[in-house]
Amino acid sequence: MNSLYAELQWLPRAPKEFAGRLKALRNGSRSLGREVQALASHALDLNQLTKLAKVIGKAQAEEESLEPLTRFRLAVLSNSTMDLIVPALVASAARHGIALEVIQPSYDQVAQEALTPDSKVNCSKPDAVLLALDYRALPLKLRLGDAEASSATVQGAVGYLQALRNGIKSNSNAVCIFQSFAPPAERIFGNLDRTLPGTERSLLDGINRELAGLIPGSGDVLLDVAGVAETVGLADWHNTQLWNMAKFSFSDELIPLYADHVARTVAAIRGKSGKVLILDLDNTVWGGVIGDDGLEGIQIAQGDARGEAHLAVQRLALDLRQRGIVLAVSSKNRDEVAREPFEKHPEMLLKLDDIAVFQANWNDKATNIQAIAEELSLGLDAMVFLDDNPVERGLIRKLLPQVAVPELPEEPAYYARTLAAGGYFEAVAFASEDLKRAGFYQDNAKRASLQKQVGGVDAYLASLNMTITFQPFDATGRARIVQLINKSNQYNLTTRRYTHPEVNEAEHDPAVFTLQVRLADIFGDNGMISVVICRPGDAAVWEIDTWLMSCRVLGRKVEHMVMREVLEHARAAGIRKLAGTYLPTGRNKLAADHYARLGFTKVHEDLSGTTRWELQAESTGPESEPMTVVSQGFAAREQESIAERVENK
Amino acid sequence: MDEARIYARLAEIFDDVFDEDSLEVTPELSAKDVAGWDSLAHIRLMLTIERAFKVRFSTAQIGKLGNVGDLVSLLKAQTSS
Repeated sequence: MNSLYAELQWLPRAPKEFAGRLKALRNGSRSLGREVQALASHALDLNQLTKLAKVIGKAQAEEESLEPLTRFRLAVLSNSTMDLIVPALVASAARHGIALEVIQPSYDQVAQEALTPDSKVNCSKPDAVLLALDYRALPLKLRLGDAEASSATVQGAVGYLQALRNGIKSNSNAVCIFQSFAPPAERIFGNLDRTLPGTERSLLDGINRELAGLIPGSGDVLLDVAGVAETVGLADWHNTQLWNMAKFSFSDELIPLYADHVARTVAAIRGKSGKVLILDLDNTVWGGVIGDDGLEGIQIAQGDARGEAHLAVQRLALDLRQRGIVLAVSSKNRDEVAREPFEKHPEMLLKLDDIAVFQANWNDKATNIQAIAEELSLGLDAMVFLDDNPVERGLIRKLLPQVAVPELPEEPAYYARTLAAGGYFEAVAFASEDLKRAGFYQDNAKRASLQKQVGGVDAYLASLNMTITFQPFDATGRARIVQLINKSNQYNLTTRRYTHPEVNEAEHDPAVFTLQVRLADIFGDNGMISVVICRPGDAAVWEIDTWLMSCRVLGRKVEHMVMREVLEHARAAGIRKLAGTYLPTGRNKLAADHYARLGFTKVHEDLSGTTRWELQAESTGPESEPMTVVSQGFAAREQESIAERVENK
Repeated sequence: MDEARIYARLAEIFDDVFDEDSLEVTPELSAKDVAGWDSLAHIRLMLTIERAFKVRFSTAQIGKLGNVGDLVSLLKAQTSS
C-alpha cells in the first residue's frame, strides 16, 4: 500500500508520549482545545484516533470548552458500518480546528432518516449531512450494451440521491456532503467495462459525472471518495472480507485518510483552509544554499534530477497562486542574496512578483512568519509553512502551533507531492475573484510595506502616484454603483439603498448630479471606490443625498478630492449652497465627522445623532492633493441638460 | 514466535485498543471480562493484531476464537511457518 497516503506522511509521527499526554488530558487541562489539536496534528492510527475522540467526546458531554476549536455538527448517513469511522472523524476534525459532534442514526436507515421530517438526523439540526454511501447503496441495473436503459439507470441513481438531498434540505436545511462512488476493482469484461454502456464501471462513471455536474452553485459539497480511492488504488481501497464480516465500505487501513478528507471538507466549509504558503528557500525552492553556492551553484536546472525536484515545488506554488493562494518567503539569508535567483537565474519559475511578502533576514522564522501574517492581515491558522529543515519545522510547530507545517521526506523529489497530498488548501467553492486574490493581497502588502519605508503619511501618499477618475453615472458603471450603494455600511453618510432602476433614473435625471469615482495607484487599480448623488433642494441648493466610500481607500484624502470635484460642478450649475446630512446607523460611526473635515458648518443636530451641514459653493474647499485628476463624461451631460432646459422653457 | 513474546506484544496491543489501564492478558481473558470489548472493538482488535504480527486470519478462524488462549495458539501457528 502506498505509504504517503495510508500513513498520512505529511503529518509528523505520533510522539512516544502520546498515551501519556492523552492521559494527562483526561485529568483536566486549561487549554483542552489547543492540546487536543496539537495531539491530533500527528499521524494517528485508528486506535489512537479512537482514544483521542473519547477525550473530545467526554469534554463535549460535560460541556467543557474546546476553544479555539470551532463547533460543527455532522450527521452521517450510510449504508455501511460507520461506527469505527466516526471516532476517527472526530479526532481528525480537531486537527483542522473543528470540534466535531457526530449524529449517527441506526445502521442503514439512510432514506428513512433523510426523508422523515422528525427523524433523529433532521431533529438534530446538523450543520451538514454526510451521505456516506458506496456503490452498493445505489439501485443499479446492469443492462449490458443498452445505452438507453443505462442512461435511465444513471438518472435513477442520481434522482435517488437528489430525493435524499431534498428531504434533508426541506427538513433541516443542512449542507449536503455527497460522496462520489469508488467502483469495485474487478471488472466483468476487462477493458470493455469502461466503454460499454450498462457495466458497473461505466454506470458509476456516469453517476459520478452527473453528480459532479449538480454541485456547482447548489450550496452542496462533493467529497470525492472515488478520487481518493483512485489515488491509493482501488485494489487497496476495497476489502471484500471486511464488507462480508462487518459491512465496512473500505479497508480499515484507509480510515485515517478518509477521516482526514472529511475533516478537510468540514474545515473548508467553515472557511478554515490555508490561505498562504510560506516558502523556505535553500533546499526547498532550489537545491543548495544560495549564500554558499551562489547563482551558478544552486540546482534548479531542467534536466538536472535535483533541480527538477525543486522546480516541481515552484510549479506547485505557482499553480496554488493562480487559484488564489498567497505566496510568501521566509529565509535565513541576506535579503539581496536571497533575491538574486528570483531576479537573475534563468531557470527560476517563481518571480519576485509572485511573492506577496519576502522575509529574508537573520531573525528566527517564528518572528518572520508572524510578521508575514501581520502584513497580510491574516491569522496564523491560515499559514502553511514549507521547509526542508526538520529543526525549523519543529521550531514553528512548537512556537506557532496554529501554523500548518507539513512533514517532508528526505528525498526532494517527493516534496511537491507531499505538500499536495496534505490538502492544506482544500476548497468547497471557487469564484473567478479567487484568480485575482493573490494579486490583491500582494498589492495590499506592497502598500503596507511602502508605508513603513517612506517617512510620513503625506510623502507616502504622494509616492503612490494616485490617479482619481471622476465620471457621472453611466451604463458601464451601473452594476458596480448599485453594488456599492447596497453594500457600503461603514463610510456611508445616509445609507440610502437604491435599486438598479432607481440608479438608472438618477443617471438620466438632468436635475440630479451623480458621481462615480475610481482610484488607481502604482500597485494597481482599486476600481470604483466612491459614489455621490446630489439632488436639487431649495433654490440654488444641492442636497447631498448619497455620499459613500469604500473603506479600502480610507486615509488617502479621496473624499477631499471628491469634494473639490463636487464644488466645481456645483458652481458650474449655478448652485450657491451644498447641504449634507449624516444619518447614524450604528455601523457608520466612521463617517460622523466627514463633513466637519471637509469644511462644512454644522447647522443642526438632533437627539438621534442626525446632523445637518452646510457649505457655500463659492468656498475654495479642501486643498488639492498630489493626485492626477481625470474628469470625463460631464461635458456631454452638461450639454444634454442645457438642451433639456432649453426644451422645457 | 514463543508464547512469552506473543503475550508481551498482545499486552501492548490490548493497551492500544482498549481504554482499560494495564489489562492483564491471560489465556482465559475474553470479551465478557473487558468493558468496551464489543463486536466493533473486537474487529479493531483483530485488525490491529493482524497488522502487528503480519498475519491474516480467515473469517472462519476469527469466528472460532473463544478467548485469548485460542488467539495465542492461532498466532503461534501462523508465526512459526
